[in-house]
Amino acid sequence: MEVAVFTLGAVIVLSGGLGVLLARNPVHAALFLVQTLFGVAVLFVLLEATFLAAVQVMVYAGAIVILFLFVIMLLGVDRADDLGIEPIAGQRPMAAVVGVSLAGLLATVLLVAVDGLTGARGGTPLGDAGDNTRRLGEALFTDMVFAVELTAILLTVAVVGAVALARRLSGPMQPLPVVAIAESDDQPTEADDEPAGATGEDS
Amino acid sequence: MVDLIWLVPALPLAGFIVLIFAGRRIGEPGAGWLATGVMGGSFLATLGVFIDMAGRSTHDRRAVVTLFEWIPAGDLSVDIGFLVDPLSITMCLFITGVGALIHLYSVGYMHGDDGFARFFAYLNLFMFAMLMLVLGDSLLLTFLGWEGVGACSYLLISFWFTEPANATAGKKAFVTNRIGDWGFMVAMFATFFTFGSLNYVDVLDASTAGTVAQGTATLIAVMLLVGAVGKSAQFPLYLWLPDAMAGPTPVSALIHAATMVTSGVYLLTRMNPLIADSAGWVPDMVAWLGVGTALFAATIAMAQTDIKKVLAYSTVSQLGYMFLAVGSGAYVAAVFHMVTHAFFKALLFLGSGSVIHGMDGDQDMRHYGGLRRFMPVTTGTFVVGWLAIAGVPPFSGFWSKDEILTFAWNKSPVLWALGLLTAVLTAFYMTRLIALTFAGESRYAEQRTGEEDAEAATRRADHTPHESPRTMTAPLVVLAVLAVVAGFVQLPFSSSTRWLEHWLEPSLYANEVHLGTGGATQVLLAAIAVVGGLVGIGVAVAVYVKGRIAREPFEQPIFADAWRIDRSVAAFMGGPGRRGFEATNRFDGQVVDGAVYGVAGLVRRLAGVLRMFHNGMVRTYATGIGLGAVALLAWFLTRSTL
Amino acid sequence: MVVTTGWYLALGAALFSMGAVGLLVRRNPLVMFMCVELMLNAVNLTFVSLGAELGDLGGQLSVFFVLVVAAAEVVVGLAVIVAIMRRRSGATVDDLSVLGG
Repeated sequence: MEVAVFTLGAVIVLSGGLGVLLARNPVHAALFLVQTLFGVAVLFVLLEATFLAAVQVMVYAGAIVILFLFVIMLLGVDRADDLGIEPIAGQRPMAAVVGVSLAGLLATVLLVAVDGLTGARGGTPLGDAGDNTRRLGEALFTDMVFAVELTAILLTVAVVGAVALARRLSGPMQPLPVVAIAESDDQPTEADDEPAGATGEDS
Repeated sequence: MVDLIWLVPALPLAGFIVLIFAGRRIGEPGAGWLATGVMGGSFLATLGVFIDMAGRSTHDRRAVVTLFEWIPAGDLSVDIGFLVDPLSITMCLFITGVGALIHLYSVGYMHGDDGFARFFAYLNLFMFAMLMLVLGDSLLLTFLGWEGVGACSYLLISFWFTEPANATAGKKAFVTNRIGDWGFMVAMFATFFTFGSLNYVDVLDASTAGTVAQGTATLIAVMLLVGAVGKSAQFPLYLWLPDAMAGPTPVSALIHAATMVTSGVYLLTRMNPLIADSAGWVPDMVAWLGVGTALFAATIAMAQTDIKKVLAYSTVSQLGYMFLAVGSGAYVAAVFHMVTHAFFKALLFLGSGSVIHGMDGDQDMRHYGGLRRFMPVTTGTFVVGWLAIAGVPPFSGFWSKDEILTFAWNKSPVLWALGLLTAVLTAFYMTRLIALTFAGESRYAEQRTGEEDAEAATRRADHTPHESPRTMTAPLVVLAVLAVVAGFVQLPFSSSTRWLEHWLEPSLYANEVHLGTGGATQVLLAAIAVVGGLVGIGVAVAVYVKGRIAREPFEQPIFADAWRIDRSVAAFMGGPGRRGFEATNRFDGQVVDGAVYGVAGLVRRLAGVLRMFHNGMVRTYATGIGLGAVALLAWFLTRSTL
Repeated sequence: MVVTTGWYLALGAALFSMGAVGLLVRRNPLVMFMCVELMLNAVNLTFVSLGAELGDLGGQLSVFFVLVVAAAEVVVGLAVIVAIMRRRSGATVDDLSVLGG
């Protein structure tokens, strides 16, 4: 039973990965990415990391890929890559070398390891699947509360940075008129886009 | 008192510093008096040390006074220290004494010159360097002074540097000296390598103890000789001394007669144990070189028309005598002649300066004549100097020259014969100088050859040469007295009269050669020398005063042209020499610089190759990261145990 | 047949390699970004599976933070891409070679 689920998840993941790799159209690539993410979520559930599976779907598939799609649509980079030509000489063989070596070396590690995992056991104990969220919450907000606050700062900084990076530099930032959203539908490169996922208000 | 020896060089140094900064403000004649006063103080300090030393017993007469450590560099430790022993004190006495007199003289001679203060600043600096040379307790300090006097010589020769010929003469002196300095430096390196120290005490004591191999001692001695030849203007490095007459006459008197040029003789005398340790041909070489130079220079002096050039070649000749003495093992005689020569040569130069001053700068003896009427003091003192250098007893020159000739005979009769011939020629050309300058009638108002303006001669007829001021004649008188009495410090009659020899004993480490000849032979040699001198005087009187013998056979053009040596050197340097230098220059530019540039070019090409990895493309960089990660992973896999 | 940790690790390795190759081969900046996401996910999978093996919650906590950082990274990265790419459409990463020497 577990094997079947695993195999299914694996197939979903790998085929999605291949799709990202080979899809000409970036929108297709984004959709294949969603597939991979979903497959990974399935595998998380199999490993009894239920909270993470949920977060994976919500944050990764739900937010991040949507961001990607926003940018693709807004910038018009949806023109298909021509995968037939490769301008940089030797790039494809190098890429092949890197990929094969990585896979090979990692496989070698797995095959050659005799003693199995030699890391320390214990630490924060895993519960069962139902208990997972509570345990994660406890660990995060007691032992790791500083780290969590830091990540909050990180996110804030990222948002501010994105706003600073993506605005147009000519003149001060124009306030978004109330009706501007409806009127600017047909103009994809409006000055006030904020594809960084922040709230609609601007300064 | 010996501890105050540091005052002796320090006073001139202080004088220099004051004059170089405030000299222009002090102005004439204050700067001159300051410099002279400083030298007077230095002389008094030397006198004090001398009296202290003389009061001690013979064994006690060596002291090293160290001021501070100058170079502490591992194995090499050089102090600023002074070796106070009879040799250095003797040198200091006449250096400071004659120096002070010449400073006094210069106050009058340089009157009205724009660079009055500058002159005295340089003179004081020179005195400082010279005193460091003789007082230094190590070869390095002597070298410091050596280089210092060379630099000051350059500064003072080209004192009136706005005239290109003067500047060239200064440069020539400096460059020729430099060749000698190379020899000195090699000797220093060899000394340090052999003895592990540059201190005279260490080196000379070790050498006397016999711990030096003959080959090493020979090398050091020969290299020191090279240095001495450069500084003391022996053949072939004498070329600068006649040209150095372009400087003011006090400079010629001080530097190129009494002090700097004796440095070479001083160095050889100081390092006498090494000469004694070296191979037998080394002293022979010194002696033959000395007597050869003496004779050579004497022939040239016979035909010179510039009064200072005669005296310059005469200096070269007398220095040759000193080298002859050193080579014959007669260090006492060399120092003796150094002292007497300082007195009478300075006297002669200062006297010639007085003549030139009175003749308003004219140095050509053909325009002189009959000056005894106008300059009595100058004439009187000049005559004393003439008699001294001609070797007429009882003037000092006779005693010192005779001592040298006796030791020359002791070494080889041929050396004695050549020395005697030189003495005859010396008497001849000096008498010629006296005759042309002071005797006879004034030729100043005569028509000169090559002069086109017929009226110039009559215009000059009104000119009267004048005697020099008191500041210039007083030193002349003092020097004349010294030229008379200085001989009495080393009278050869008996051991008790050989005062100088006893005094210098601690410095000579028993390397003084003992005479193999008896008293009778010595008297005979002395008599022959006196007769020779009188013959020279007599012939010169016959030629130049009485006019009975023609002068042309004596004034050979080849003598006047200094045997065309200068000309050949110039031709060589301009022709093959220059080609050699340019080839070396090309080698330096192409091979040496080429190697450096080649390395740079190689780096540039390498960088060009490496630049291809920096094409600015993100994907190339990503490939690099990927390959790096693969390599790291492989490395960890292979070295760790799984 | 039991699903051992090794299977998960092998899957993670394969996904990671695929992501790496994709990063090197694709020219569209957004697709390259997606390949980076693939690699991050492979790592996440590895973390969780090893955490499960060792009985340590630390694996899942690590994934949590990786997720947050990935989100922040995407935010800033996309802002950069917008700032650069809005000038011309059809631009690829290869056109950004101003820093080349």
